[in-house]
Amino acid sequence: MNYHWNWGVFLARTPSGESTYLGWLLQGLWWTVALSLAAWALALLLGTIFGVLRTVPGRWLPGLGAAYVELFRNVPLLVQLFSWYFVMPELLPRAWGDAIKQLDPMLQQFLAAWLCLGTFTAARVAEQVRAGIGSLPRGQRAAGLALGLTLPQTYRHVLLPMSFRIIVPPLTSEFLNVFKNSAVASTIGLIELSRQSQQLVDYTAQPYEAFIAVTLLYLLVNVVVMGGMRWVESRSRVPGFIGSK
Amino acid sequence: MIRFRDVSKWYGSFQVLDACNLEVNKGEVVVVCGPSGSGKSTLIKCANGLEPFQKGELTVDGISVGARGTNLPKLRARVGMVFQHFELFPHMSIRDNLALAQVKVLGRGRDEAVAKGLKLLDRVGLAAQAGKFPGQLSGGQQQRVAIARALAMDPICMLFDEPTSALDPEMINEVLEVMVELAREGMTMMCVTHEMGFAQKVAHRVVFMDQGRIVEDAPKAEFFGTPRSERAQLFLSKILHHV
Repeated sequence: MNYHWNWGVFLARTPSGESTYLGWLLQGLWWTVALSLAAWALALLLGTIFGVLRTVPGRWLPGLGAAYVELFRNVPLLVQLFSWYFVMPELLPRAWGDAIKQLDPMLQQFLAAWLCLGTFTAARVAEQVRAGIGSLPRGQRAAGLALGLTLPQTYRHVLLPMSFRIIVPPLTSEFLNVFKNSAVASTIGLIELSRQSQQLVDYTAQPYEAFIAVTLLYLLVNVVVMGGMRWVESRSRVPGFIGSK
Repeated sequence: MIRFRDVSKWYGSFQVLDACNLEVNKGEVVVVCGPSGSGKSTLIKCANGLEPFQKGELTVDGISVGARGTNLPKLRARVGMVFQHFELFPHMSIRDNLALAQVKVLGRGRDEAVAKGLKLLDRVGLAAQAGKFPGQLSGGQQQRVAIARALAMDPICMLFDEPTSALDPEMINEVLEVMVELAREGMTMMCVTHEMGFAQKVAHRVVFMDQGRIVEDAPKAEFFGTPRSERAQLFLSKILHHV
């Protein structure tokens, strides 16, 4: 192989001169992390709401929850992203659509990617929340209600605290997926981590260094997330319950 | 206190309760027994609205359970219930299990609720376990905590749904002792149970159910002495066999 390795490339100045190539990567990393954390917060919120809806008595609310999950789980992520970015502003009332188009392009891209990743991941979180609630003994709900708690109180104090503890491991996978899926935002022009690596290749013609560095950065993020979730898991462990010490 | 009037319930086309009439008066202990699938658990779960029913009338302390406008949480807060599988909240300490509904439903202050919980825990002989979690207690201990949790709400009556059926034999007595003591203090109780020893000790009346119907409703002495229905006779001969 005739490849000329040059790890020093990261410290070289970019053509515009205001940053190094490493600086570009770190900027991309910042956008990736910001986008993923924001999307994860949205996913947890919406996922909890729709997951709970699937388990409440009646027909309409569970149906609504199921419809949400099916819609966002069965359409490819990329199609959803293009819909949020290109189609959504056209569907809104004219004034709103125009207001969105006046925004800084980077912000427009960020908003679309945030909504896309958040709502997409929410469908998956909703399924896990539903499974978590479903795994509890049926009597737990009855016991909460029998004490005079309202249904929302029963969810808040009895069902959800235990469900979330049970689903921490699968939620960890979802959390990691958000970071990996966030790379799709590069397709609408958001200069996040994977896009920066492309740019690095274009400017420096050092693809190996660029991709190895990006891989390591994604890996680093995921190791941190896994460590964090493990900490959450051990902190929330219930004494005397299966899986605890 | 609790009055069932022609209460019927269907799961789809299957009738689980067939025009049940039953009255539990203040201070009375009524034991409901019968073969599995006879509808006894369903009946007792109707009493606090955990199971809806389609026909008939059911009142607790004069309040209609089935009526649309009834504030069920408010009613349930006054009716204690103990379940077959204890149903303590596993992620909370025993102390918090006892305090939760007192604080969230009755609006008591946390200190007051904890103090009340500890008092009741002491009464069922488990004061030392307050800081533990349900998973760290035996079945019998968990069920005694569950009784204390229900009592912490100062209920006007107590419902027991097979409280000893999920227990190891050597733990049954510790739970029954708590229930006997409660009965002797004059608590109004409706108990679904097969513990005929308990029934003989403290029940005022025994109700026998079969296939969704209340087949027999008689004072204790009469029920054990001369059961009228053949079905009840057969049932008794089977379960009293080893007593």
